[in-house]
Amino acid sequence: MATPVLDKVEKDSAASPYITVTFRIRRYNPEVSDAAVWEDFQIEIDPKERVLDGLHKIKWDLDGTLTFRRSCAHGICGSDAMRINGKNRLACKTLIKDINPEKPITVEAIKGLTVMKDLVVDMEPFFQAYRDVMPFLVTKGNEPTRERLQSAEDRERFDDTTKCILCAACTSSCPVFWNDGQYFGPAAIVNAHRFIFDSRDEAGEQRLEILNDKDGVWRCRTTFNCTDACPRGIEITKAIQEVKRALITRRF
Amino acid sequence: MKFHKYDTVIVGAGGAGMRAAIEATKRSRTAVLTKLYPTRSHTGAAQGGMAAALANVEEDNWEWHTFDTVKGGDYLVDQDAAEILAKEAIDAVLDLEKMGLPFNRTPNGTIDQRRFGGHSRNHGEAPVRRSCYAADRTGHMILQTLYQNCVKEGVEFFNEFYVLDQLITEVDGVKKSAGVIAYELATGEIHVFQAKAVIYASGGTGKFFKVTSNAHTLTGDGQAACYRRGLPLEDMEFFQFHPTGIWRMGILLTEGARGEGGILRNKDGERFMEKYAPVMKDLASRDVVSRSIYTEIREGRGCGPEGDHVYLDLTHLPPEQLDAKLPDITEFARTYLGIEPYTDPIPIQPTAHYAMGGIPTNVEGEVLSDNTTVVPGLYAAGEVACVSVHGANRLGTNSLLDINVFGKRSGIAAAEYAAKNDYVELPENPEAFVVEQIENLRNSTGNERVADLRRELQETMDANVMVFRTEQTIKTAVEKIRELRERYKNVSVQDKGKRFNTDLLEAIELGNLLELAEVMAVSALARKESRGGHYREDYPNRDDVNFMRHTMAYREVGEDGSETVRLDYKPVVQTRYQPMERKY
Ligand SMILES: Cc1cc2nc3c(=O)[nH]c(=O)nc-3n(C[C@H](O)[C@H](O)[C@H](O)COP(=O)(O)OP(=O)(O)OC[C@H]3O[C@@H](n4cnc5c(N)ncnc54)[C@H](O)[C@@H]3O)c2cc1C
Ligand code: SF4
Ligand code: FES
Repeated sequence: MATPVLDKVEKDSAASPYITVTFRIRRYNPEVSDAAVWEDFQIEIDPKERVLDGLHKIKWDLDGTLTFRRSCAHGICGSDAMRINGKNRLACKTLIKDINPEKPITVEAIKGLTVMKDLVVDMEPFFQAYRDVMPFLVTKGNEPTRERLQSAEDRERFDDTTKCILCAACTSSCPVFWNDGQYFGPAAIVNAHRFIFDSRDEAGEQRLEILNDKDGVWRCRTTFNCTDACPRGIEITKAIQEVKRALITRRF
Repeated sequence: MKFHKYDTVIVGAGGAGMRAAIEATKRSRTAVLTKLYPTRSHTGAAQGGMAAALANVEEDNWEWHTFDTVKGGDYLVDQDAAEILAKEAIDAVLDLEKMGLPFNRTPNGTIDQRRFGGHSRNHGEAPVRRSCYAADRTGHMILQTLYQNCVKEGVEFFNEFYVLDQLITEVDGVKKSAGVIAYELATGEIHVFQAKAVIYASGGTGKFFKVTSNAHTLTGDGQAACYRRGLPLEDMEFFQFHPTGIWRMGILLTEGARGEGGILRNKDGERFMEKYAPVMKDLASRDVVSRSIYTEIREGRGCGPEGDHVYLDLTHLPPEQLDAKLPDITEFARTYLGIEPYTDPIPIQPTAHYAMGGIPTNVEGEVLSDNTTVVPGLYAAGEVACVSVHGANRLGTNSLLDINVFGKRSGIAAAEYAAKNDYVELPENPEAFVVEQIENLRNSTGNERVADLRRELQETMDANVMVFRTEQTIKTAVEKIRELRERYKNVSVQDKGKRFNTDLLEAIELGNLLELAEVMAVSALARKESRGGHYREDYPNRDDVNFMRHTMAYREVGEDGSETVRLDYKPVVQTRYQPMERKY
C-alpha cells in the first residue's frame, strides 16, 4: 500500500526502479548571505516520481533548510511554480523521467518577482495585479430568486480561463514582465477574460478600460511563453488576443 | 511580538473560512489568518460537486436529501443538523451562482446536476441527480469564486500566518475565547490577535495517513490547538477512505467518474460491486465500496503483479464525455500513471480522504466544551468541525455543502456575537506557550528527525487503523504513536533561522498530527462495533444499544505531567428517522 514517495530505497535489488539524480538548486538566504549560489544534491529516486518528491527527499533527508512552497502535490493549488531546467513548471506536475535525469536538473525561483528565500518569491505584486482587474462578477438590478440562466454555449465561451490556479508560471515567464513589473501580466488578463466573456457579467467595459492602460494588454508581444508555461493548458495568448480584439471592436 | 485587535478572527481561508469571512466582514471588523494563500487551500482540490435538491433535472426534495445524509452517516448523524444542511443547500448553491460560480448548465440554462454515491430518490429507490458541478473542478470553482468575492468585499487577509494556539480565559467560571496566537512565516514573528469571536476553519487532518488525497498542509492544527486547551474532539475515530485514489499515490479520482458511468472491476474484469450492493452498485456509500475493494484484494482478485489494486474502468464512455465532464482526473491518469483512460482502465485503491470528526459545534457553529456547554466567542466550521452532519460516513458532495452552509452560519453568528459582547481579557503572557514551543524546537540538539517520525506514523496508521481495524491492530497503533510522541521530544530542526522557516513549521505540524493520531486510535479502540467509516473485523456489526452515541475525547494531564485521552459520550439527536439496516 506504499506510495512511491516514501518507499525505502532498495539499492541491491536488481529490479530497483531507483536512479541517481543530481538536483542543482539556486539557493538564497539573506539571513546567511547576500549572494545566491548553486548547490548540488544527489538523490536516489524513481524516475516516475515528481520533481517535488525530489525536493522533499532533499529537505527531509539531506538539508532541512531548503525552502519552497507546496501543498496539494497534484497541480491544483498553484503553490510550486518554479524554473526547472530553465522552464517554468509546477514541481508537482513534472515527472523526473520527462526532464532528462541523465544531466543535473536545475531548479530555481521563478523570475520577475523578488526572491525571499531559495525557491520562495514575493507573490504580493502578482496578486495585486489580479485584484486590480476586478476579478469578480458584477451585475446590476434586482437579484433573481433562482439562478441566473446561462446557455451551455455561453458557459463554454469562458471555460478555458476559469481553470486558472494563480500559480504565476505564465506571468513570471513573460519577458515584458521581467523588464517592467508594472505590466499586469498574463495571469491578470486571463482572469479579466474570465469575466469579460461571462454572459452574466456587466462590468466588461470597466475591465477593458483598466486593461487599455499603458501597462495593460497592449504591452503583450505575443511571445507565447505564457501559453507554453501554463500547467492548466490554458490558451493564454489566445485569451489576450480576444481581449485586444474586444478593445478594438467593443464587442464581447 | 506584534499585537492586533479585531472583532472577528477567522482561522483558515478555504471554503468554510472564506464563506464565513464574506458574512463576517459585512458585519464586523474581521481578519482572516491563513497559513496558505487563500487560493492554495485544499477546497480547490474537490472535484465532484455540491449536493442540493434543486430538482433541476428530475424530481427531488430536501427531505430525501436529509434521509440519504442520515442513512449515509450510518445513523450517527445529528438529524436536526442534517435537516438544516439539506434545506439550506438550495440557497447555498444559488448564492454561489449569484456570486459568479460557473456551474455546468442544462439545455435550458439552469444548473446541471449529476449522480453521486449514496444520493437517492425516495429513500433509496434509485440514484438521483443531486450534485451541482463545474466539470470535475467544482472545489476549484468554489474556492476561486469565494476568493473573488472576498476581494470584492475587501476582506482583510493575513497570508502565511500559522495559528498555533487558542487563547482561553475563564470569566466567572465560564471558559471564553480571548483570541489566538499566530506565527508569521516570512519573518518568524509572533502575533497576538485579541478577538471577540474566533472561527476555526482550518480544514482536515489527513496527513497522518500515507496514502491520502489530502494536501501536505492538512495537519489538523485547529483541532490540536483547541484540544490542547482542554476542549473535546468528537468522533475522531471516523475517517473516510475514498474508494478511488490513484494506486500508491492517493490522488483522488472523483466519484463523479462512477456517477458518469465508470465501473470498478477486479482482475477477472468482473463488475464486483454488483455482489456487494445490488441496487446502488458502484455508487454505494464510500465505506461500503472501500471495504468491497479490499475484500476483492484480500480474496486474491486484485490486479497487478502484487494483486494490490483494482481498476476504475472508463473505457466504455465516449471520449467526448470524458473530456467534457472529467477533464482533470483523466489528465491526472495521463500525467502521473502514463495511462490513457480512453482505452485503458485506471489502477486505484482506497485513499484516506475526510475527517468526519473534529471540534464539536452546535448548528450555529458555536464550539462546545462538553456535551452541552458553549464556549462563548468560539466557533468552528468545515472539515475541522463536527456538527455532526456526516456521522460515521460522509456522503460525497456533502462537504462542499457543509462548508458553505455552516461557514455562512458561523460567520453570521460570530459577527453578531462580536457586536453584542466586549473583549475578554487576555491570559497573562498569552504568547508563552508558542514561544516556548518554538524555542525548544529551534534549540533542540536531539537526534530525532521530523521526516522519520512522520514516515513511521503514516506507516502505522495505514497498516493499523485504515479500512479494516481490530483490537490488535489498533493497540499496535496506539503503542507506536505513544513511542513516537516520546521520541518527538528529541526532535530537532536543521533550519534555525527566522525567515520562511518551513523546517520548523513541519516539526510543529508533526506534533499536531501525533497528538490527533492518538485521539483517533484511542477513540477507535473503545468503539467495539462497526459503523460507517469505522470497521472493526472483531465487531463486524453495528451496535445501536451500546454505541449509538458520539465519542467525546478530552486531553487529561496527570500530576506528573503525563498525558492521556479520556473518553466520554454524547447522545445522537434523532428526529424523524429510526435506525435501520443500511443496504445499498
Ligand atoms: C481531493 C478531494 C476531493 C474532494 N471532493 C469533494 C467533492 O467533490 N464534494 C464535496 O462535497 N467534498 C469534497 N471533498 C471534501 C472537501 O473538499 C473538503 O472537506 C472541504 O473543502 C474542506 O474545506 P475547509 O474550508 O474546511 O478546509 P480547507 O479548504 O482545507 O482549508 C483549510 C484552510 O485552513 C488554513 N489553515 C490550516 N491550518 C492553519 C493554521 N494553523 N493557521 C492558519 N490557517 C490554517 C489553510 O491555509 C486553509 O486556508 C474533497 C476533498 C479532497 C481532498
Ligand atoms: S494562467 Fe496558467 S500559468 Fe498563468 S497563473 Fe493561471 S494557471 Fe498559472
Ligand atoms: S503543490 Fe499544489 S500545485 Fe503543486
